[in-house]
Amino acid sequence: MNIIKIEHIAKIYHLGSEEVHALADISLNIDKNEYVAIMGPSGSGKSTLMNMIGCLDTPTSGIYEFTGKNVSDMSDNELAKIRNKEIGFVFQTFNLLARSDALHNVELPLIYAGISSHERKERAEKVLVDVGLGDRIHHKPNELSGGQRQRVAIARALVSHPSIMLADEPTGNLDSKTGEGIMTLFNELHEKGNTIILVTHEGYIADHAVRIIRLKDGLIESDEIVEKRFIPNNKKVLES
Amino acid sequence: MRDFWFEMKEGLFIALRALRSNKVRATLTMLGIIIGITSVVLMTTAIKGIDGAFQKGISALGSDVLYIDKFAWFGNRDYWKMRNRRNLTMDDYTRFKGLAKLPKAFAPVLRSRKTIKFGDKNVEGVILIGSTSDYVATTNFTFNLGRFFSQTESKSARDVVVLGSEVAKKIFPRGNALDKKIKIGNHNFKVIGVLAEQGSFILGSFNPDNQVFLPIGSIFKYYLNRSRGSITINIRAQNPAMVDDTKAEAIGVMRKVRGLKYDEEDDFAVNQQEGLMNNFNSIVGVIQIAGLFITGLALFVGAIGIMNIMFVSVKERTKEIGLRKAIGAKKRTILGQFILESSVICLFGGLIGLLLAVILSMVIDQFLPTSVQYSAVIIAIVISLITGVVAGFAPAYTAAKMDPVTALRYE
Repeated sequence: MNIIKIEHIAKIYHLGSEEVHALADISLNIDKNEYVAIMGPSGSGKSTLMNMIGCLDTPTSGIYEFTGKNVSDMSDNELAKIRNKEIGFVFQTFNLLARSDALHNVELPLIYAGISSHERKERAEKVLVDVGLGDRIHHKPNELSGGQRQRVAIARALVSHPSIMLADEPTGNLDSKTGEGIMTLFNELHEKGNTIILVTHEGYIADHAVRIIRLKDGLIESDEIVEKRFIPNNKKVLES
Repeated sequence: MRDFWFEMKEGLFIALRALRSNKVRATLTMLGIIIGITSVVLMTTAIKGIDGAFQKGISALGSDVLYIDKFAWFGNRDYWKMRNRRNLTMDDYTRFKGLAKLPKAFAPVLRSRKTIKFGDKNVEGVILIGSTSDYVATTNFTFNLGRFFSQTESKSARDVVVLGSEVAKKIFPRGNALDKKIKIGNHNFKVIGVLAEQGSFILGSFNPDNQVFLPIGSIFKYYLNRSRGSITINIRAQNPAMVDDTKAEAIGVMRKVRGLKYDEEDDFAVNQQEGLMNNFNSIVGVIQIAGLFITGLALFVGAIGIMNIMFVSVKERTKEIGLRKAIGAKKRTILGQFILESSVICLFGGLIGLLLAVILSMVIDQFLPTSVQYSAVIIAIVISLITGVVAGFAPAYTAAKMDPVTALRYE
């Protein structure tokens, strides 16, 4: 079954009197356990598409169905609920709460889901261990390295068992070695059955994905399955 | 509902953390609320104290006592006219007493002011109340020591004196005043009684605590020429319900005593405490309005300060708001979070203000017996919470309606 079904969506922004067609006409389907990279130069509409897929924004026209539900005309609160339960975001700049420790940062989506504090702690601790931060649970972001911060962010995205993980340039603020560690983690998460959508403009990052969608001027330029997929030699999760 | 409580708990957690990491800023912001709440609580406390003091004073004078005087106590627009009236004399008193049927007690009163000496102690400007032995029946006096002067002592104008409690305290700070000879002006008087504390400072020269009492004859004899002093006639009604009738009778009898024709105006006034009370209430009213205005202003300024800092806080945390929305915070969650934060600031400010007010009221208590009322505490807390909600709403609303995409991109 398709998790994501997009049919002819368009997004038009109004900048003063000027109309900007960020997305012109996009149709695509994404299945469960796919590993998709969305690529394209800046201005190609990939961020807008990501916001659309992440239910942060709604299309001007077209139909977007997420796990069979039509998202196009949902209210803000319904969208918030979908984001909370079904989507795990990973951002380029990590976006952790600076004054909270790793555990509380990971717990955050569960708070908005109304899960009891006992269960929250248990689940958050488990995913922190899973991403290799079992010994950093009570560290604050400024006591963690860049790679560790991104792992906290990934743990936060994973904790609510979302249908998809949406990563926007997840290695953009990391050095290449640390970035590789993060990508290895994504590969592992994919192997465990997670659906991952990466947004990037770096070819070697996109090479980790199974399917690459290239955008240009708000249209899909190409959509292909990668034959020779890049798998890092060292499959062990690197402590970064 | 469960979600709501989790969100509120998280909101409280965020608010406390935000306060902790911005201590100086939060304290400065709170200042307006602190001042506002302190003034609310102090004002209600002070008014309560003044009111208590006044009520106590009034009840010492007796609410059923009328004072027939040359001057009207209040509304003295015609001062010059009243000044030219004939004095009330002892003859007037005797004739009045013979004709009036309703009063329970009568006493003539002549006031004067003299310095009192005992050894090296010296109290200036003490109010002398000259009267007869009947005076005590027109009051609710109670005694600490001794007694009031007797009919014989008063008729023969003996050199005896009864001291008000404050006067006694000043002259005999730690001694028995009874039977001591004190000097009033240039004449010696024997202390035969000391009153228990009666009134309160608020009555000023009407406060029995600051007065001394001696036979009216002695005042005429030593201090005032009989032709010069105008006396006051104190009369007491049978009971408070009879005050109006007694007053009406007193006016009629006095007109007869003074020999006034039907078309002549009264050349005397029948005063009662009600006047004092009205006067007092209007003063308290003014204090209250002024206090309310100052308090309102302080709270208003405080609220604007809070609103300002909340706008700054929302702006600073735009990215955080974007993140929270991205991972599932609803509009009302964000709205609640920021309103909660401003309420917590205000509540903290309110509690500090309350604490300050309690300390200051202890200082006030030294000269005006009073204490912070429970109602004032509740009012303070409610007002600070309301201020928090009102001041926090606009910034919180701005935060709640932010677009998550734009907010996440904000640097």
